[in-house]
Amino acid sequence: MSVMEKTAAARQAEWKPKIIAFCCNWCSYGGADLAGTNRLSYPANVKIIRVPCSCRVNPMFILRAFQKGADGVIVCGCHPGDCHYSTGNYHARRRMTMLFSMLSFLGVESARTRVEWVSAAEGARFKAVMDSFVEDITRLGPNERLEDLRCKEN
Amino acid sequence: MQKIGVFVCWCGTNIASTVDVKAVAEAAKSVPGVVFSTDYQYMCSEAGQNLIKDSVLTYGLTHVVVCSCSPRMHEATFRKAVASIGMNPYMLEVANIREQCSWVHKDKEVGTEKAIALMKAAVAKAMLNTPLTAGSTPVTKRALVIGGGIAGMQTALDIADAGFQVDIVETKPTIGGKMAQLDKTFPTLDCSSCIVTPKMVEVGQHPNITIYAYSEVTEVKGFVGQFTVTIKRKARYVDESKCTGCGACIEKCPMKKVPDEWNMNLNNRKAIYIPFAQAVPKIATIDPAYCLKLNTGKCGVCSKVCGTNAINYEAKDEYLEVGYGAIVAATGYEMIDVSKYDEYAYSNSPDVVTALEYERLMSAAGPTGGHLVRPSDGKEPKTIVFIQCVGSRETEDSCHGGKPYCSKVCCMYTAKHAILTKDHYPDTDIYVFYIDVRTPGKLFDEFYRRAVEQYNVHYIKGAVGKVTPNAETGKLDVQAADLLLMEQLQIEADMVVLAAALEPHRSARPLATMLTAPMDTNDFFTEAHAKLRPVESATAGIYLSGFCQGPKDIPETVSQAGAAAAKVIGLLSKNELVGNPCVAHSDEWMCNGCSQCENVCPYGAITYEEKEFRMPDRTTKIRRVASVNPAVCQGCGACTVTCPSGAMDLRGFTNQEIMAEVDALCL
Repeated sequence: MSVMEKTAAARQAEWKPKIIAFCCNWCSYGGADLAGTNRLSYPANVKIIRVPCSCRVNPMFILRAFQKGADGVIVCGCHPGDCHYSTGNYHARRRMTMLFSMLSFLGVESARTRVEWVSAAEGARFKAVMDSFVEDITRLGPNERLEDLRCKEN
Repeated sequence: MQKIGVFVCWCGTNIASTVDVKAVAEAAKSVPGVVFSTDYQYMCSEAGQNLIKDSVLTYGLTHVVVCSCSPRMHEATFRKAVASIGMNPYMLEVANIREQCSWVHKDKEVGTEKAIALMKAAVAKAMLNTPLTAGSTPVTKRALVIGGGIAGMQTALDIADAGFQVDIVETKPTIGGKMAQLDKTFPTLDCSSCIVTPKMVEVGQHPNITIYAYSEVTEVKGFVGQFTVTIKRKARYVDESKCTGCGACIEKCPMKKVPDEWNMNLNNRKAIYIPFAQAVPKIATIDPAYCLKLNTGKCGVCSKVCGTNAINYEAKDEYLEVGYGAIVAATGYEMIDVSKYDEYAYSNSPDVVTALEYERLMSAAGPTGGHLVRPSDGKEPKTIVFIQCVGSRETEDSCHGGKPYCSKVCCMYTAKHAILTKDHYPDTDIYVFYIDVRTPGKLFDEFYRRAVEQYNVHYIKGAVGKVTPNAETGKLDVQAADLLLMEQLQIEADMVVLAAALEPHRSARPLATMLTAPMDTNDFFTEAHAKLRPVESATAGIYLSGFCQGPKDIPETVSQAGAAAAKVIGLLSKNELVGNPCVAHSDEWMCNGCSQCENVCPYGAITYEEKEFRMPDRTTKIRRVASVNPAVCQGCGACTVTCPSGAMDLRGFTNQEIMAEVDALCL
């Protein structure tokens, strides 16, 4: 077994999915807070980044996350029609549709990326979305498509 | 050179029980840029805030990271604390290790690991934070209250008494709302109209209040302090400035068969009408769906009898545009449509009525003049069955798709109905079928016990399975179960009253969309904080009053209405509002003048201007560049992503800062 293969096998064994969730400040971040207030457990692999609106999520952020070794990226915003800034989530939806189709063309499985609408009153929905997303990513295994090995420490 | 201090909060045991706070503080010490870290039991307490302030001064910290509860909770508290010692408040970051870590992850090892990751991401972001200064915007000193029920009236009165101008927009031809339709109020049994109609008069005569009755809000633009609202004034076909409310037109109107919504359609009114005698404003309205003149061109009796020449068949809807500093939603409630509860025979028998219809049947101003009789034959009822929780407290798998919540007032008004009915006819048999009797409130349980003990109302824990109109006896066969005695019951009732669920008014959802105010799945407006900011919406400048925020009885509604008014007064008493400094800005050297950002901006905050630039080769060049108006920009960031040259960035959430967070979380 070569060194490369050995490290790959070892990595697989101790692999835990790394998931970045971009949550808009007004709805989804509030939904995540409500999940907390209601003590609704979801996997700790999900790490949330607060953005003012889902339309603040630059496709570059998502590419960067994959480059740095994330296994899945989810963008959460207000339900259509409920955006705090009126139209932000529509921009996000269009941009992400474009980006995700490009990612899928590059070989990143489409289940690794998602856009979900979670309102500030939907703590239970936040948990359900995260549970199912983590389950999808766990099934797919580590993402190796866009990972920049130069970014790895070892 | 950045010198970052990390402060880890225990939040009593809320964080400390599932996150090793000492380990987080220890881990922070090895993060580049961190020069000081510590943990404390309650960072938000005065002692905790002093700890932060003292450490900033002692160690010369340039940035502060607090690992605690959600930034939606205490970011403002900590920012204020560091600002008090001269630090720019935007040099502070909060890592949410409570709502998004300790409360959702039970395993201490996992929780600690995540808390450390979140702390590192916050440090990475804080590292790039720069001082930000907010601009300010003027405040329009006028408030809009949407809804003229008891909630809206109380809010408007309180704001107006403080000296500010208030406009009330009400869809119905009169203010007063549901409370004006009620007969008596629990638990004191004082007459509802006797307390609400003087309030209506007070509102109508207040020099600072303008009532736009028979009107709707159709568009809301702007933001806190600077809203512009379009109000549609529906055509009344009666000139408000001329009508004296004498009622001569109503007397002579030949169109008599219009269902009277004021009396819950239990009787008829004319095509020109004043909803009730104490209406404010007391102005006649022509119902365009029924008016003969408007529909067939023949008639015109009302215009002939009108002494002031107020009738105008050519009237059109008018649109007003008014500026406001604050908006209060007070849209109230309505009863659910009970016709889908077929087992209770509501659609089949006039003697099955909703509680609000029963209210009108008992009211002295109602269709029967307060003489409680069966709608079908006008006879006095001998046996009445009250069914509780019709459409309330239903589970998700219920076939009716009712409401999951408790409507809160039904137990009390049913006790009231029972007592009042017994006062009318002491020998009536009254059965109340309930799931639970819920009577928390001042003098509420005493009132309910009075119904049971003094008035001998039969309270039966159980459910009614079916109500069948019996053609032979003319009565209603009620089949029910007594769940305590485990018996089936057959009751021959004269009337059945349904305590139907109350739901937010149907106008609330489209209004929420116009206001961009969040709502929950039941269409109640969501408050900014469930405990600490119960009368404010998360959207700045929008306030909540009454049932639109959640089920409430009258005293609760009035208290909340006053609370909302206090918040509005607080806002309107400021001349200027300090804005949000987290706004977009454009790097003029990178901007290529493409106009993409201008197209996506929902606020029109971006304009283009021709600017003279001194180029490196010492020539000057006129270039077209984007410029953001920081007073109008709300900081959504749509432009930053759309900008093809990367010139546009959002302060407080810069590309670099978010990238740094991504990097830190992916390590």
